[in-house]
Amino acid sequence: MMALLLVAILVGAWQLYADLSDVDDLILPSPSEVATALWDDRALLWDNLLVTAQEVALGILAAVVLGFVCAVALHFSRTLRRATYPLLVASQAIPIVVVAPLLIVWLGFGMAPKVAIIALICFFPIVVTTLDGLGRVDRDTLKLLRTLDASRWAAFRFAEAPAALPAALSGAKIAVAIAVIGAVFAEYSGSSEGLGHLILQAIPQLETARAWAAVLVLAAFAVALFYALDLAQRRLVPWTATERNP
Amino acid sequence: MVNASITTSAASTPSEARVGIRVDDVTRRFGDVVALDGLSLTVAPGEVAAVVGPSGCGKSTLLELVCGLAAPDTGRVEADPAALMPQRDLLLPWASALDNAALPLRLRGVGRTQARAAAAPVLAEFGLAGFEQARPAQLSGGMRQRVAFLRTLMAGKPVLCLDEPFAALDAMARADMQRWLADALARDPRTVLLVTHDVEEAVLLADRVAVLSPRPGRVVAEIAVDLPRPRAATDPAAVALRAQALEALRR
Repeated sequence: MMALLLVAILVGAWQLYADLSDVDDLILPSPSEVATALWDDRALLWDNLLVTAQEVALGILAAVVLGFVCAVALHFSRTLRRATYPLLVASQAIPIVVVAPLLIVWLGFGMAPKVAIIALICFFPIVVTTLDGLGRVDRDTLKLLRTLDASRWAAFRFAEAPAALPAALSGAKIAVAIAVIGAVFAEYSGSSEGLGHLILQAIPQLETARAWAAVLVLAAFAVALFYALDLAQRRLVPWTATERNP
Repeated sequence: MVNASITTSAASTPSEARVGIRVDDVTRRFGDVVALDGLSLTVAPGEVAAVVGPSGCGKSTLLELVCGLAAPDTGRVEADPAALMPQRDLLLPWASALDNAALPLRLRGVGRTQARAAAAPVLAEFGLAGFEQARPAQLSGGMRQRVAFLRTLMAGKPVLCLDEPFAALDAMARADMQRWLADALARDPRTVLLVTHDVEEAVLLADRVAVLSPRPGRVVAEIAVDLPRPRAATDPAAVALRAQALEALRR
């Protein structure tokens, strides 16, 4: 309820500013114009959303799977952790703007380079939070498991992996927002469809309202994805449920 | 019933116990801190021994040595396989009471269904019927301690190392749990090393009370508790032994 109210206030302020100031419609369309574009271009927006949504979903999925596997490997091997942690941080510092066009050239014009770019961006937060979760198992719990004759694998399976699951999901929630930005970047670098592509086309065509409508759809998609993960978190790891959940 | 269900699942049964616990002139250091210095203690198979001492006297260190989690710097520790019940219950927050109790079986590779089937009757025996599916957060402190104790029993080891098992409970719950533990041990006897700072608890539960000095810990007195069970805290003989132990602690 509060969130809706806040959105209404922000949209109202935007509408007032667009109406009362002498900013050109082509630079800042009013919310009513964006709403009109949203309705008129609904088929166009929907088709392109499907493309972007698929890229984002596959990208996050790849990042979660690779991130979890990688975090487990790093958790088990101190040597591997020491050797690759700087590389891992470097992977996050890679200027994606530079790498994206190269990946397009390398992997082609289709879905693959977009998924790769999104996975590359999302990989880091997932690895770091999962590794953190794996390492946060109480030392006394591990000692206890040793007195119960648990093998290293059994300790991982019964204590460390379940403890890391909430952390991995938190990492995925952080990744959602940047995944959408990554998708737009990837489409900017070379594509014929998707919401990022639509925005890139709409601006030089002076269809500013359409570009804003596409941004709105992207934001709504990110919010929906975030809450879907939140729901998954509550279903999969209900023992961590707190009243802090939004 | 408790005996039957645990014995079938146990790797080694209490009856195989031969050594009990033998700690011989043990020293354990952490850097410059000497936690234990020349500590010797023998617990016969099937005996319940309590160790009391001021906080920081190395009681938990002693349990780690007996459980084989650490080696002494000098001296010798010989003990039958021991299961530890830690001070905090350390139940897995995502697992139900039943799965927490069955954990030792699962860790040894027993299948989920079989492990649950073995733990369920014992859980009921311990007054936790109806709480099988409850997660630790939904249980009271006393219930959590019971699940933790049950987990220790399910390990099927002849020696139980109990580290201040009831320290976190309020006085009423603690009294209940002490009675309950005495019952459980009467039904399913084990060699027990009970660490506590509560002299009354030691006299109520143990056959023998070893009093440790302040750090570095060594045994300064051993008091045999030759009282019939069940014992009452208000029994004059128990009160006299308590006074004797407190006297030894203060020296």
